[in-house]
Amino acid sequence: MLSYLFYILGGLTIFTALRMILASNPVHSVLYLIATFFLISGQYLLMNAQFLFIVNLIVYAGAIMVLFLFVLMLLNLNKETEPQKSIKSKFTMVISAGILMITLLAAFIQNQHDPASLPLTDIGLVKNLGRVLFTNYVVPFEISSILFLAAMVGAVLVGKQKNEEMEEINE
Amino acid sequence: MPGIDHYLWLSSILFCIGVAGVLLRRNGIILLMCIELMLNAVNLLFTAFSTYYQDSAGQIFVFFIMVVAAAEVAVGLAILVMIYRNTKSVDVSIMDKLKF
Repeated sequence: MLSYLFYILGGLTIFTALRMILASNPVHSVLYLIATFFLISGQYLLMNAQFLFIVNLIVYAGAIMVLFLFVLMLLNLNKETEPQKSIKSKFTMVISAGILMITLLAAFIQNQHDPASLPLTDIGLVKNLGRVLFTNYVVPFEISSILFLAAMVGAVLVGKQKNEEMEEINE
Repeated sequence: MPGIDHYLWLSSILFCIGVAGVLLRRNGIILLMCIELMLNAVNLLFTAFSTYYQDSAGQIFVFFIMVVAAAEVAVGLAILVMIYRNTKSVDVSIMDKLKF
């Protein structure tokens, strides 16, 4: 039963990811990527990783994709204005990405893995993961908050308009 | 439940779709989105192996990858907005001015 669910979710994930890179309208790309993230969250739920399921929904499908959509609307890029690469270079790039995929998949076929299904664990629950995060990994957690602060200051600093430009706009 | 092999296949296919997107597209915002897709493929595999070995370190690492991805997107989009303001385009092929 869960196996069928995996195949349905996986097939839909690959389909939406392909539509994401092939859509000519950037807004459609963003919407397909949101669908991909929702489906990947479904995979987390299938593995009983409930904390990651919620965080993936809130952080990825919520915050990050809204940021993408916001910038897309702000720059008024929701038109199909993207210049295309030549057919020859597109062909080359698809072939190179395909070769990478064949290499990876061939390596996985070569190594015989455990055919048994994944065990059902409760390590992914919010309670258990939170205990590990705040005992063994508390220093990386604090350092990541400093990283967030630096990224926030950096984003504001980079995105800020210069004073002369602001005055020109105001006049 | 599906086995670890299935997750290996699914995440490598998703990762390669992300690679193909980065190579194919010229819109800077879509390039960032393809990088997010690649990070998500890796996150999925981390979680699968964490479940496989019943070790929570993998899921903690996914959490930190999400933190870094959020910071990366914030700074990357600010840079893209700045580039758009100066050149009126987010086409990455015009950003080769440093090329000799």
